[in-house]
Amino acid sequence: MDPKVITLTVNGRKHQVALPPNITLLRALREYLGYVDVKNGCEKGDCGACTVLLNGKAVNSCLVLAWQANNAEIITTSGLGSAENPHPIHRAFADEGAAQCGYCTPGMVISAKALLDENPHPTEAEIREAISGNLCRCTGYGQIVRAIQKAAEIINKEGDAS
Amino acid sequence: MKTKVKPLPPVNLPELRQVGKPLRRVDAMGKIVGKTLYAADMFMPNMLHAKVFRSTEPHARIKRLDVSKARALPGVVCVMTNEDLPQGILVTDMPGQTGQRRRASSDTHVLAKDIVRFVGDPIALVAAETLAIAEQALKLIEIEYEPLPAVFDVIEAMKPNAPVVTAPNNIVSQYKVRKGNVKAGMEAADIIVENTFSVPFVDHAYLEPEAGLAWIDDKGVINIRVCTQVVEHFRSIALALGVPQNKLHIHGTMVGGGFGGKEDITVEIFIGLLTQKTHRPVMLEYTREESILAHSKRHPYQITHRTGVTRDGKITAAEITLIANSGAYVYLSPYVLLYSTGTATGPYRVDNLSIDSYAVATNNPFTSAFRGFGVPQACFAHELQMDDIARKLGLDPYELRSKNYLKTGDYGVNQKITTAAWLEETATRVLEALGEKTPSSGSIKVGQGIASYMQSYGRIMWFHDTSQAWVTLEMDGTVTIRSGIPDLGAGQVSAVCQIASEVLGVPLEEITVYHTDSALTPLAGTSTATRQLFMSGNAVFQAASAIRQVIIERAAQKLEESPENLDLADRKVIVKSDPNQYLPLREVIALCASEGKPLSNLALFKAPFTDPIDPENVQGPIWPDFTFGAFGAEVAVDTETGEITLLKTVACHDVGRAINPAAVCGQIEGGGVQGIGYATMEEVIVKDGHILTPSLSEYLIPTACDVPSTQVIILESGTGLGPFGAKGIGEPALTPAAPAIVNAVTDAIGVQIKSIPITPEKILSALNQNQNT
Repeated sequence: MDPKVITLTVNGRKHQVALPPNITLLRALREYLGYVDVKNGCEKGDCGACTVLLNGKAVNSCLVLAWQANNAEIITTSGLGSAENPHPIHRAFADEGAAQCGYCTPGMVISAKALLDENPHPTEAEIREAISGNLCRCTGYGQIVRAIQKAAEIINKEGDAS
Repeated sequence: MKTKVKPLPPVNLPELRQVGKPLRRVDAMGKIVGKTLYAADMFMPNMLHAKVFRSTEPHARIKRLDVSKARALPGVVCVMTNEDLPQGILVTDMPGQTGQRRRASSDTHVLAKDIVRFVGDPIALVAAETLAIAEQALKLIEIEYEPLPAVFDVIEAMKPNAPVVTAPNNIVSQYKVRKGNVKAGMEAADIIVENTFSVPFVDHAYLEPEAGLAWIDDKGVINIRVCTQVVEHFRSIALALGVPQNKLHIHGTMVGGGFGGKEDITVEIFIGLLTQKTHRPVMLEYTREESILAHSKRHPYQITHRTGVTRDGKITAAEITLIANSGAYVYLSPYVLLYSTGTATGPYRVDNLSIDSYAVATNNPFTSAFRGFGVPQACFAHELQMDDIARKLGLDPYELRSKNYLKTGDYGVNQKITTAAWLEETATRVLEALGEKTPSSGSIKVGQGIASYMQSYGRIMWFHDTSQAWVTLEMDGTVTIRSGIPDLGAGQVSAVCQIASEVLGVPLEEITVYHTDSALTPLAGTSTATRQLFMSGNAVFQAASAIRQVIIERAAQKLEESPENLDLADRKVIVKSDPNQYLPLREVIALCASEGKPLSNLALFKAPFTDPIDPENVQGPIWPDFTFGAFGAEVAVDTETGEITLLKTVACHDVGRAINPAAVCGQIEGGGVQGIGYATMEEVIVKDGHILTPSLSEYLIPTACDVPSTQVIILESGTGLGPFGAKGIGEPALTPAAPAIVNAVTDAIGVQIKSIPITPEKILSALNQNQNT
């Protein structure tokens, strides 16, 4: 099948790109549009490193075809804030030591964002459930859970803005 | 709780300004906001994509290899086999960044020559315009194998007529320890306890699969941007490519997890060869499946302990046999085996001791470094053995341990313990934190278990290990550090910044570090062996201290004060006796610069050096020092389903001095969870040389729902050989977790399972057998 021009709005920026049908959203974001903050860990939905917000829902971008995301709004960790102007989730992750090697972190941040958007006061069990699709081999999860608890506190106090 | 918490001996740890504080790591924010560019995150114009063609046979002769169809495929730029290689030697021994010579017997081929020895052995390389074309080209490579007799089991491989994987007899390494009088020791024992324990193949399962990008620059230098634990591999890579060492430049990236799996060479030579041949940039990124196929595994071991003990719990003698499965190639097996030999008795004093250890070649995936480097396997065995002895004597497991713990000044298997050995201190705190056992209810049985360990930090001393750091105070008072340290995520780079911050009185955020570059940053050695804080921490401390001295002396002159009465803090040189009197650091820097005083220092830190030991009787100093600690767990086992629930986990380690307590806590929790995975779920299942757990769908590691938060207790004896008295904690964090979990399960169900992972199936089968006997 021939490539088709699709529209993807990533972190508020609108892209039009011609893609063949078999390109996953993960590869479209990384290889065609340069969003390399979305990480590739397994390409089959096991690890969660490629998690992005797709119209507000956290999804494994390796399990979505780019064509399926036509006209969608996509948010990645770099869309939530920057080092100079970090999102409360970013700050909490940095302060709690929640990032070690950092490879799972962009996906983990997005899963945290999806959770807190839906549930501003999650219990520890709800946090663990929300990130259970995001594997981390470094931290043992404790510091990530504490970072998400802290992010919830900051957001509830200061609002959800970077 | 029966056991009293052991009071801590007095320590002298001065309160510091930066060191000891849980500061935000310098590498944290870049990773969190997605700015950090890992090995697969940088592309180049005109870049080719590479793939590797690998063996599907565990042991075979290559009868025919025809790559002509692959070469003819439009878009394929290059296909290489062993015949096309300039040199073709793959060095699998420790990289020679030191005076150590490599074992030529560990050398093998970059691409298989005639024979393949495991499923995954690389045979050919493809570079193509797109990844899809490269993948298609792999399918066009034609190969015919003549299967050769293969051997997978270590006991089979040691038999006289076994198929030969490594000449002459498959034993790639062997050590002996003979100490005291074992016969007399056994005769003095009231009981003798014998058990055989076994542990499986395990995968590192770092989140970042191996990746690299290679190109040739305008000077003819081959550049390789790669995630590696060892930039010093540039020497072995140059050898394989047939170029001088100064024409090979490794740009190490932030590593997305290593744990030993990126300690050996991975993609570097493949992409180096392809860029050399095509004169175009080449990218190679492993899929998860190829990662699991291509890199090393943790060694499976069979370990037999025969221990003589008196009725009151004193060990009188031990005979230990360790057999490690080294897989198809040598890699680091001889050293891994040495580590497990040197800690085979654990942190216990055994004066009458006999150890025989073997690493045996088989047609399985090759095994090499994995966090702990042979010590977790040894610890699993000695800690299950201790619990079994306690059960047989009717003693409390801690009481038995405390009667045999090593003390400072005692000898372990081979060498004297010279720093604090806080074994009672750590174990009693773990027991206190575990508290009273939760009552069992119905089919849910609750148990508690502990494990103690000792583990070295710093490399084997006959490697003559060094690390270098180059520290510069800039004219505006900021600090630049250059050091070749690879950062695996443990905070290696941030820790040295925090040390420089302390010494120079400059805030952490005003320090910039350039790292992991084989050509542009002074070599700092490998990020392995829990050595970076010890080695590069000391190198940075030395370099920063030399600059500090220049500043203090010049300021003393200006202030007419004695240098001893001056300190550096908050960008100032402060008079200690009157902190209101100070000079801004910038002013002193300007003075020094105008007088040509050095504000830059390149320091080299040397570990203690020794000569190699005699493998026929492993005696004498091998490691610089050891870390000591304990892990405890409370588990609930459903005796109807075999399911284990972790109720509580506690880790207590003497880390010497915690440079960054948040980072130390992260190492301890994360290492503990890797150990929990080892105990309860992780196994690379290999059948007839084929991996049956090829991806993260089959190879399961703990998720956030599988483990509780570990209670972390950090003790600081201040006696370590690292900066400010620090010891190492990266690898030790993992070591005691698995045996503690298994000991807790044994306590719950009343029967000891002697192999991991302890799956529900194993628990049910053990319970059934117990009922039947």
